[in-house]
Amino acid sequence: MPSLRDIRRRIRGVRNTAKITKAMQMVAASRMRRAQQRAQESRPYAEAIGRMVSEVAHQRGDPSALHPLQRRRPENHAAFLVFTSDRGLAGPLNSNVLRRASAEMLARSDSPDIVTVGRKGQDFFSRRGHALLATFTGLGARAEYADVIPVARVLTAAYSAEQIDAIYLIYPEFVTTMTQRPVVNRLLPLGGAEEAGPATDFIIEPDPEQILSALLPRYVEVQIYRALLETTASEHSARMVAMRSATDNAEEIVRGLTLTYNKARQAAITKEISEISSAAEAMAKAG
Amino acid sequence: MPLTVEVITAERSVVAQEADMVVAPTMEGVIGILPRHAPLLTALGPGVMILKKNGAEENLAISGGFLEVRHNHVLVLADTAEREDEIDEQRATAARVRAEEALRDAAQHPQDLSTEAARIALRRSMARLDVVQRRRRRRPNP
Repeated sequence: MPSLRDIRRRIRGVRNTAKITKAMQMVAASRMRRAQQRAQESRPYAEAIGRMVSEVAHQRGDPSALHPLQRRRPENHAAFLVFTSDRGLAGPLNSNVLRRASAEMLARSDSPDIVTVGRKGQDFFSRRGHALLATFTGLGARAEYADVIPVARVLTAAYSAEQIDAIYLIYPEFVTTMTQRPVVNRLLPLGGAEEAGPATDFIIEPDPEQILSALLPRYVEVQIYRALLETTASEHSARMVAMRSATDNAEEIVRGLTLTYNKARQAAITKEISEISSAAEAMAKAG
Repeated sequence: MPLTVEVITAERSVVAQEADMVVAPTMEGVIGILPRHAPLLTALGPGVMILKKNGAEENLAISGGFLEVRHNHVLVLADTAEREDEIDEQRATAARVRAEEALRDAAQHPQDLSTEAARIALRRSMARLDVVQRRRRRRPNP
């Protein structure tokens, strides 16, 4: 049986931990709301530009004049853009993404080119001895559109130079506060004609090539931007939930310890009383 | 049957409403879109987009983007878009001055990222000021 003082010290320690997790929970909750809203507001544009790109891409006949980002070739070399958070204490969020990413890479490529956004992914892959094509950290804090332009440039340059034949985005999609799902989206090459919906006969001005060369870089940026916002929303949601359950657990432990403490205190008092009364009895007998 | 108009940016939805006519600044010049327009896909340049509804006009400052028309639905994917009540004229004027200076500074490095950024900033500020001026013409004493 631990002494009363030991129990008291443990209660104090657990309470202090709970204060910290509670504070982190509050911070995450306030960032979470904003981040979730931004992620949701980025979706219509990202989806619409994806649709537009495939509409234009299928309205044009001349395959010799393909935009560099539209060229398809056998997928010998795939690149993976993996999104994680910079900071930890976000529950299973990052490990889920990284597990999914590892499985995807194993299935698709012998020597994957990896680009990471977020410190956790960078640490994970460099620890495993993977060569990283580029790494970006600190983007999630502000998550502004301009921040993703360098990321897009690295990837589009490598794709245009035919160093890589495909680009996959792997990020935690925000579903609800409780649920974030790692997803894999192919960014380039674009889906084939069979993946597009029924074609509408559009007038395309000035012409499909020019529209496409304006649309494609924007499309790449916007998909990366969306993935970043989804990651940020997922991060704060996962952290809020993780910290809430940490706080709940700490309170549970404090309750249990308080019970043990009171029992021990009670036992000590009972013992003392019985000692006093038996001493008194003995004295009465003797007297 | 009126047009439904949707203007969205990567960050948010700016406009979702009906209109009798839409005027938009394409790369090739300004176009007007009326109901039953043929399906169209085009690129927008920096400028002013006008939504006309029952004789009233609403102006938006656009810095570029893409426009799609199909089945009386006009979808604009704008790089940036602002309604007239969102534009601060003093800030837009200051931004134009700043952008002009940045453009002069960056003139030495024509391929640099900062030149492009300055050029975009300049166009954006000019489109904003244009919207402000249109509002003033319509209501001389705001």
